[in-house]
Amino acid sequence: MTDMASLMEDRAAGSDAANMRKPVDWDSADIARNVKKRYAAERRFKAYGLAAILLALAALLMLGYSIVSKGYSAFVQTYVQLEVTFDPATIDPDGTRDPAVIGRANFDALIKEALRKRFPDVTSRSEKRKLYDIVSSGAAYDLRERVMENPSLIGQTRKVWLIAGDDFDMLNKGYISADTKESSRRLDDDQISWFQSLTDSGAIEKRFHTRFFTNGDSREPELAGIWGAAVGSFYTLAVTLILSFPIGVAAAIYLEEFAPKNRLTQIIEVNINNLAAVPSIVFGLLGLELYLNVMHLPRSAPVVGGLTLALMTLPTIIIAARAAIKAVPPSIRQAALGLGASPVQTVSHHVLPLAMPGILTGTIIGMAQALGETAPLLMIGMVAFIVDIPGSAMDAATVLPVQIYLWADSPERAFVEKTSAAIMVLLAFLILMNGLAVFLRKKFERKW
Amino acid sequence: MAVVTADAMTNASQTRGKSKMAARDLNLFYSDNQALYDVNLDVVEREVTALIGPSGCGKSTFLRCLNRMNDTIDGVTINGKVTLDDRDIYDKSIDVVQLRARIGMVFQKPNPFPKSIFDNVAYGPRIHGLVNSRDELDEIVMTSLEKAGLLKEVKDRLSAPATGLSGGQQQRLCIARAVAVSPEVILMDEPCSALDPIATAKVEELIDELRSNYTIVIVTHSMQQAARVSQRTAFFHLGKLVEVGETDQIFTNPRDERTKGYITGRFG
Repeated sequence: MTDMASLMEDRAAGSDAANMRKPVDWDSADIARNVKKRYAAERRFKAYGLAAILLALAALLMLGYSIVSKGYSAFVQTYVQLEVTFDPATIDPDGTRDPAVIGRANFDALIKEALRKRFPDVTSRSEKRKLYDIVSSGAAYDLRERVMENPSLIGQTRKVWLIAGDDFDMLNKGYISADTKESSRRLDDDQISWFQSLTDSGAIEKRFHTRFFTNGDSREPELAGIWGAAVGSFYTLAVTLILSFPIGVAAAIYLEEFAPKNRLTQIIEVNINNLAAVPSIVFGLLGLELYLNVMHLPRSAPVVGGLTLALMTLPTIIIAARAAIKAVPPSIRQAALGLGASPVQTVSHHVLPLAMPGILTGTIIGMAQALGETAPLLMIGMVAFIVDIPGSAMDAATVLPVQIYLWADSPERAFVEKTSAAIMVLLAFLILMNGLAVFLRKKFERKW
Repeated sequence: MAVVTADAMTNASQTRGKSKMAARDLNLFYSDNQALYDVNLDVVEREVTALIGPSGCGKSTFLRCLNRMNDTIDGVTINGKVTLDDRDIYDKSIDVVQLRARIGMVFQKPNPFPKSIFDNVAYGPRIHGLVNSRDELDEIVMTSLEKAGLLKEVKDRLSAPATGLSGGQQQRLCIARAVAVSPEVILMDEPCSALDPIATAKVEELIDELRSNYTIVIVTHSMQQAARVSQRTAFFHLGKLVEVGETDQIFTNPRDERTKGYITGRFG
């Protein structure tokens, strides 16, 4: 007979040894120590959590600080005031006032003339070239536009604010220091002294840089803007949404509500989850092969970008939509079916409307992911340098994150602040989209 | 006659009223587990039939066979016959959607749609195209709420969300919703198990009133409830229909030992 068996027998016999346990002394030192240990463990656990959150916050603050401190200056731009003579001989020698003639005129020469007049001491060719850098090459277009709008300017002399060249913009914003050795800075002593004299005469001003929000990309940092990339992103996301939302929701409804639960649907389910984890560059390669090499769609176009990103976003939307559909209580389905609603009516009248907030949240998060995606778009040629603002989803375009990548890769000092500013714009869009997702969830959340 | 079979019982009672629904040799399997064994039961028109039995005895499963709600569960196979007015409801020519309109159902937990009170009741008539005008719809909603004894309580807030009602009101709303489709049979799956005693009393009263127009089958855990509301009672045990008969007879003079054991509280 084992001990256990004998114990059982004792118990059955009502033996004191088995039935009488020593009463617990809740005031003993052992118990007190145990309680203390438990409290200590709890405090430690809280401290770890707090530390983790503080660390995350610190990282976020650092990220925000580094982006904002580098990028805020991109929202202003240095302008130079010059006295420009709108010389009829240069603009419209025959006095026709024909827009075509005015459009072809050499406004660059007017600016150069104005600069020479402002600094009469500058005579040698090489010095003059250095002088001309003060004003951006884009300023001539501004002048032309001004004259086209108001031809009566021709023949007059006016003080005009012209956009400054990027190096002088950097000087004005303090990114180029006069203390650096002359040979290792972009501007030499002469240029700095010219700029100083302009500053002293009040002819230098910083203004809000609207161009940054309205222009496409440019080789000249002071002329480069994010509008082209923003429009490209918009078209790309529109194509992604139009494709992935209906397909994703339909797939989720079918899998949740109609598909038989068998091995095949299980395999499909597992693979959808796998797809969500596939590195995005793989989708880029797929897009390159399928859309460009097989279907011969236009290269660099948002339509191809959208198609590629739709492949990537689909699993996210399907998973979110399935979770949202699953969260609709089965009693609602039974109620509808019990009333004689067909399965399709049950889904479209009850399940889908109730699941919609969750589906929309998932979709917006998927879209936000797509908005920030770069790698697959590099594969299908959306990394090209494109100046024009795309007019449709078939035009060559780039998108915000790729624009950031392109600018981050550019050697000019002025692109550093553009990069950070573009990141700020992208983050603003992302925060906006995520905010919308939270808002939708809160607004339509239901209690059962 | 030493053993009285359930079959004999049903046949014996056939003389009393017209049989509205009938199950013949009904077997049901969840995948490989058999949940119902050769069930033979008649549901008499304009009577309340109560299904009682311990948990897991198959009474709810049987109830769900009557309007084919088991169709929605994967892996269920059924053989045997269930008829409504002598037509097999599992026949291919039967449209499930229409069948469920003719056989309404009220569930254990009140499950109003998260819509307005009006829309809840109007949903059935709307999807089945029973009405041609808004006035007709209003009429149906009002009479249905009236029949469910809810009209007085909610007539001033028909557009309020149904989920704001109390549990008992919600359950009566669900009954009104089922009634609005003018079903011939109403199935109730433990309709009072989530309600307090006062709400339960109201629903029981309602069931008694509905009996004059509808055939009702009710599953209940409470033997008192079965005794109070039903005219006929069927006792299920381990997937088998053990005994069926007049409620009075089942509760005062059960023929089967198992029935006697259950109603006297020896198991269950």
